[in-house]
Amino acid sequence: MTSPTDKQNDGGVPLPVVPVGASSGAPAELPPASPAGRGMFGNHGTGDVSGYGGLVRQRHPVEEASRPYGGYFDEVRDALEEAYPAFGDAIEKVVVDRGELTLHVRPERIAEVCQVMRDDLALRFELCSSVSGADYLGADERRLHVIYLLTSMTYRRRVRLEAAVSVEAPHLPSVTAVYPTADWQEREAYDMFGIVFDGHPSLTRILMPDDWEGHPQRKDYPLGGVPVEYKGAEIQPPNERRSYQ
Amino acid sequence: MSATSNYASERETDEGRVFTVTGGDWDTIVSGTDPINDERIVVNMGPQHPSTHGVLRLILELEGETVREARSVVGYLHTGIEKNLEYRNWVQGSTFVTRMDYLAPIFNETAYALAVEKLLGITDDITERATTIRVLMMELNRISSHLVWLATTGMELGAISIMLYGFREREYILDIFETITGLRMNHAYVRPGGVAQDVPDDAVVKIREFLKMMPKKLKEYEDLLSGQPIWTERTKNVAVLDVTGCVALGITGPVLRSAGLAWDLRKTMPYCGYETYEFDVPTHPDGDVWGRYQVRLAEIRESLKLVEQALDRLRPGPVMVADRKIAWPAQLAIGVDGMGNSLEHVAKIMGQSMESLIHHFKLVTEGFRVPPGQVYVAIEAPRGELGVHAVSDGGTRPYRVHYREPSFVNLQALPAMAEGGLIADVIAGGASLDPVMGGCDR
Repeated sequence: MTSPTDKQNDGGVPLPVVPVGASSGAPAELPPASPAGRGMFGNHGTGDVSGYGGLVRQRHPVEEASRPYGGYFDEVRDALEEAYPAFGDAIEKVVVDRGELTLHVRPERIAEVCQVMRDDLALRFELCSSVSGADYLGADERRLHVIYLLTSMTYRRRVRLEAAVSVEAPHLPSVTAVYPTADWQEREAYDMFGIVFDGHPSLTRILMPDDWEGHPQRKDYPLGGVPVEYKGAEIQPPNERRSYQ
Repeated sequence: MSATSNYASERETDEGRVFTVTGGDWDTIVSGTDPINDERIVVNMGPQHPSTHGVLRLILELEGETVREARSVVGYLHTGIEKNLEYRNWVQGSTFVTRMDYLAPIFNETAYALAVEKLLGITDDITERATTIRVLMMELNRISSHLVWLATTGMELGAISIMLYGFREREYILDIFETITGLRMNHAYVRPGGVAQDVPDDAVVKIREFLKMMPKKLKEYEDLLSGQPIWTERTKNVAVLDVTGCVALGITGPVLRSAGLAWDLRKTMPYCGYETYEFDVPTHPDGDVWGRYQVRLAEIRESLKLVEQALDRLRPGPVMVADRKIAWPAQLAIGVDGMGNSLEHVAKIMGQSMESLIHHFKLVTEGFRVPPGQVYVAIEAPRGELGVHAVSDGGTRPYRVHYREPSFVNLQALPAMAEGGLIADVIAGGASLDPVMGGCDR
């Protein structure tokens, strides 16, 4: 019924489309919000005569930013370009959205970029605040993204680095040698998304049990749940309830 | 039966077949160890241990009383809150995130609300009163969280009375929270767009009383602990971590400030109008447990100042954004069973205005849509930088929400603090990190 009309936009967050062939038809396969932008309740192919099922919402994709970015963003980019000769090869795109700078980095270059970001005197991103994963199933060929949030305590700046890998080859270098704090956070990203950080000292599960199968925060991993009785009525688990999109 | 058989030997008797089990391979295991000369033992501390702040497991390799290696195992309290958020609408998210770090629920909620507001682009539309109430509640919450830290750390180091005192004063703050939000914990009070409902007048009276009482109590704590030789022996020069170690391991909050770096997001990257308040960032040069104790006590004093300023700033006004597409239509009220729709509102939508009913129904069941994009918002929680990475795909539900939990990140410092020290100092060092496992494991 729906077609993958929304391709990945050229920057920022890839917009989700219904993954072709990715769905087994199980209701838990996708979060209901995922095919957002089309229809109302996600009940495609039923005898919907209201017309709501055919609604397509207009999207305003986040695009690659053009110079000048404003604020300190230009300085950061210039400093990185100067300090890191392989800038053109490593940085896939630069996005400025909602007052935040995101550098999309080629996954195999991420450790190098972090090293320069930390050590260069004009950059000085001493603190790696956060490392986390995100799964853009159906929106991006390389659907597993790793998001690094670097903080410069000297200049009081923040920059987000984002690296995307595919499920088939979910490898990228670990940044633990640069930022030891990434240790547990990379383990969490491995645990939850199955992203493999090469060179990590001991990449094991951290939140889930050691013998757990699958990576729970992937979008094709069902939430699960059982129906509950409330005042005599049966309430379905959250992933099977009707939802708005 | 040959002697090398892997199976137990058997013989026939009148009662039937009898097997003789002789624990075979244990002989080799026992002979392989040298109990006299091998002085290293591995001790599992936790996951159920009174000194582990929840279900935290520490694996310690000991040589006598010295810790040679320490590893922490977390995840026992993992409840999948981040995944669950993806199946609820944006407003419902507040009720989930408040349960992460259960000692600092207001911080979880505020960080989440700030992230959603940034995604919506309504950060500047949040009313003055709502922001002031957020600051007021956060600082009260910081005090209550630090009080629990003081209470539990005191107990773990053998000072039982401070445990009673700390929880007693914290109870006072929980009472204030109950008056304002209807619940002692897990409030879901700070919502995207503002706060759930206004601060009642009797709460202001209670807070003023608290402000009058608390400095005396703080003096009491210090009289009890600071000059106490056992307390100083157990805390000074124990579990030292300097600024370099802290920054490398990502440690923020009181632990970083106890090492001497005045890094406090309220000052360095202000939010919620903290730049307009008058307060100091306490630091300590030593980077030990004593320093963290000093910093936290001083932070309680600074928070009292902030609470007082916030109270003075409370001017009448709305506590929710004006946009009726985001603000819930109901004026919530506190009933006997917690917070719910006010009876007047129910009477209006059920009896007088069908449009109001439709609007209410749409907003509550469907929720609002959030434009696609991602943001990162960080606030200074009692334990350090609490960051929220929120992604929207344009729908009515979060696409991905990640919490950068200071408890989770800070716990990584435990081996650095414990290894080479005494086993008793593992307790002091671990407690000084103030981990809350509900936040750590989410």
